[in-house]
Amino acid sequence: MDQRECLQEQVREAYQQSRPLQVQGAGTKSFYGRKTADAEPLLLREHQGIVDYEPSELFVTLRAGTSLQTLQEQLAEAGQMLPFEPPFFGAEATIGGTLACGFSGPRRPYAGSARDYVLGVHMLNGLGESLRFGGQVMKNVAGYDVSRLLVGSLGTLGVLLEVTLKVLPRPERELTLVHDTDMATAIVRMNQWAGQPLPLSASAWDGSHLYLRLSGTEKAVAAAQSKIGGAVLDENDGILFWKNLREHRHVFFQGTAALWRLAVAPATPPLALPGQTLIEWGGGQRWLRGQRDATALQALAAEHGGHATLFRGGDRSEEVFQPLPPALFALHQRLKNAFDPHGILNPGRLYAAL
Amino acid sequence: MAGSTDSEHAAFLSALRAILPDDGLLTQSEDLHPYECDGLSVLRELPLAVVLPRHRNEVQAVLKICQQYGVAVVPRGAGTGLSGGARPSAGAIVLSLARLKQIRALDTSNRTAQVQPGVRNLAISEAARPMGLYYAPDPSSQIACTIGGNVAENSGGVHCLKYGLTVHNVLALEVLDASGERLEIGSQAPDSPGYDLLALMMGSEGLLGIVTECTLRLLPVPENTLVLLAAFASVVAAADAVSAIIAAGIIPAGLEMMDQLAIEAAEDFVHAGYPRDAAAILLCELDGTEAELQERLRAVEKLLQRQGATSIRIAADAETRLLLWKGRKAAFPAVGRLAPDYYCMDGTIPRKRLAEVLEQIAIWSAEYGLRVANVFHAGDGNLHPLILYDANVEEQLHAAEALGQRILELCVAVGGSITGEHGVGVEKLDSMCVQFTPAELAQMHRIKAAFDPEGRLNPGKAVPSLHRCAELGAMHVHHGQLPFPGLERF
Ligand SMILES: Cc1cc2nc3c(=O)[nH]c(=O)nc-3n(C[C@H](O)[C@H](O)[C@H](O)COP(=O)(O)OP(=O)(O)OC[C@H]3O[C@@H](n4cnc5c(N)ncnc54)[C@H](O)[C@@H]3O)c2cc1C
Ligand SMILES: Cc1cc2nc3c(=O)[nH]c(=O)nc-3n(C[C@H](O)[C@H](O)[C@H](O)COP(=O)(O)OP(=O)(O)OC[C@H]3O[C@@H](n4cnc5c(N)ncnc54)[C@H](O)[C@@H]3O)c2cc1C
Repeated sequence: MDQRECLQEQVREAYQQSRPLQVQGAGTKSFYGRKTADAEPLLLREHQGIVDYEPSELFVTLRAGTSLQTLQEQLAEAGQMLPFEPPFFGAEATIGGTLACGFSGPRRPYAGSARDYVLGVHMLNGLGESLRFGGQVMKNVAGYDVSRLLVGSLGTLGVLLEVTLKVLPRPERELTLVHDTDMATAIVRMNQWAGQPLPLSASAWDGSHLYLRLSGTEKAVAAAQSKIGGAVLDENDGILFWKNLREHRHVFFQGTAALWRLAVAPATPPLALPGQTLIEWGGGQRWLRGQRDATALQALAAEHGGHATLFRGGDRSEEVFQPLPPALFALHQRLKNAFDPHGILNPGRLYAAL
Repeated sequence: MAGSTDSEHAAFLSALRAILPDDGLLTQSEDLHPYECDGLSVLRELPLAVVLPRHRNEVQAVLKICQQYGVAVVPRGAGTGLSGGARPSAGAIVLSLARLKQIRALDTSNRTAQVQPGVRNLAISEAARPMGLYYAPDPSSQIACTIGGNVAENSGGVHCLKYGLTVHNVLALEVLDASGERLEIGSQAPDSPGYDLLALMMGSEGLLGIVTECTLRLLPVPENTLVLLAAFASVVAAADAVSAIIAAGIIPAGLEMMDQLAIEAAEDFVHAGYPRDAAAILLCELDGTEAELQERLRAVEKLLQRQGATSIRIAADAETRLLLWKGRKAAFPAVGRLAPDYYCMDGTIPRKRLAEVLEQIAIWSAEYGLRVANVFHAGDGNLHPLILYDANVEEQLHAAEALGQRILELCVAVGGSITGEHGVGVEKLDSMCVQFTPAELAQMHRIKAAFDPEGRLNPGKAVPSLHRCAELGAMHVHHGQLPFPGLERF
């Protein structure tokens, strides 16, 4: 249903009265970002529907409240998929929430991230103005790339009303291979193979085993399999493994202990950290559990070209994303002000002072 | 340096002279002339001076002096841009990044290259080649254009259908803002915290910051590559073949189309063996393992035949393959030999509208009495109509510009964009008024102000003032929704 007008009215009024709004999809990702004071919700969930889908043009345009489930079913019917393989984190997840969080799944290091597949947006800024950037074509350099800027902004720059995404054909065949290795070897192998022309589409190390997924034509997968070797997971087990990993249902993610995400340069050797580590994305994404010294963890990640995020749990009234250097943060504040001068959109969700 | 006195002017230049090497500051008119335009040579202007710093610290010092004296800065790479983005502005200096041309590091294990902005696009792949890696975006100008320019334009190439544009292949940037403040944007790790400023920098045409270093993603060189050349008796048949390939779930590494005039021009120029009698040709590159390639080749061949290809040629060896691409990559200069001048357009359209758009261009071509050759990144809907004219014949330049403007309006009307990869620069400022509403343009100006509050980086480019659009009275067309859709316009 098209709720554009009433959403716009609500934001306009909030702007005039400088009254904060909490942009809300299905609320499946309310665990993410900072904990903020309660505010009037702006409900996107009813604003749903696929507006335009042209399989041979490789794009889909849909309202932000459309559920990921609906979208994926439609794409699958035409033999296509969202290449960034987003996690749902709940059956009701909306595409708007997924993009606002900037979430990507196992295919990300090999196919690209959520923002890589955004072609255009229709949005409301913090003044309640209805604006369109990008479009339905693959290439478009007219004006600044606001569409991609909004991905991962946690609703703090604008409300996504409608998005256009690039879609791709599903691979003919997928196969998961398993190697029994330690962490150091797993990281080396993931990176060696990523440097060769192999049809890799996912990789993970769960504490004892390295998992590698191959996707492509029947023949390409077979050729790569003979090169890489290892035990073959049964097809359904393979599908389930990557799905559980993507949805954080793997045993590693169970329980309520805080969950940390370290993003580092992929070939970074094992980091000296107590407790278990689960590795994804060719070595680029590393998960940790439990209470940690945030500052020390952030410093360690930065040493290896990356950053640390308190992904779930822990103290969410403090910063949960890695603090930015002063000049960069000042720029973030000026940008926030450029989109949302009264600071009404999800204030404090990304950083306390944003 | 608007309204400045002679003594201020002299003080500004001597401040620059003090921090630059002897040959790093050009002020004499004969030295400035090579910088008066970029690849769009009809737009010319002499700058106040040209500075050629050698490293980041010198760039930073230049920016600080410019801030102190309130002087605007036009960044420049190789000057191959086709929209006037690097064209100087009166009273501004040109900041050439051409001397920052070191490849600082190649990281084999993380598969990245750290390069200065003045490094040529092709030099990166050449350097990475011994490691079995390459940098994917390959604009036809790759032997000359710089990576800094590529970032500023979000350049594409014939392989971006499968491997993405510049935005998909850059991991991090070091940027200096207008005041010389250094910002590190992005990193070797995935998904940096905060806003995606990396995406915002791509295609920002030098308006938001000066790129002083880039970290690029390198990809493994495909095991095998082959190119198919298919000829068609009509442009429509060739366009349908493109859709058929993609609908079959095949994403070729490259998929390019040329029409008859472009074919003939390229053939005369590089003798690639293109069929002169074809109305259109498709060049389709496939890559992968040997086994996969054979499988794909058969599938594509079958599709092409079913779509009415009149001939199909397969180039499996590197030499023939490069020759076939050479014809395509040299298409602009080749067409340039057909007439004293040509005007290169860069609209994008949904692929399914190709036939009607080309038909309309042909009608206008006859109406304006100007020939138009078409080169098309067919896989991703990026059309390059090349309008042939003679600047020495009165009114021909105006006619070419008017025809170009109409073509861009048509692109917007069918749901596309006024520029796919060449940028807005100064050339397409008026067309921006057609593609965006005043509120959207105002939002862009506020973004600019967040980075550069004094508006000193590449002023007057990329985003038109609201005043300009109002004066133009341009009709805003959005996503195919014209006001009064019932009225005939083209
Ligand atoms: C008693 C109570 C306490 C709560 N406490 C908290 C709390 O401490 N912390 C907390 O975060 N939430 C809390 N919530 C939930 C909160 O009200 C919202 O449900 C939640 O913040 C937003 O839902 P969601 O956006 O995560 O949905 P999702 O769809 O999961 O959205 C994820 C992110 O995307 C943004 N977003 C979603 N759709 C769009 C769109 N179309 N355009 C732009 N941005 C979009 C959201 O603002 C959010 O940042 C509480 C709710 C209740 C009832
Ligand atoms: C024959 C020919 C073929 C072409 N083919 C293609 C093609 O296939 N695909 C394609 O996308 N383009 C193509 N182009 C256009 C052009 O080559 C690209 O836009 C290229 O990226 C420009 O690079 P440059 O170094 O020449 O930049 P310049 O022309 O010098 O500058 C371009 C813009 O970037 C800014 N800039 C330059 N360096 C920096 C920096 N370090 N920091 C900030 N801003 C900077 C300038 O101010 C200007 O706005 C072609 C051009 C020609 C002449």
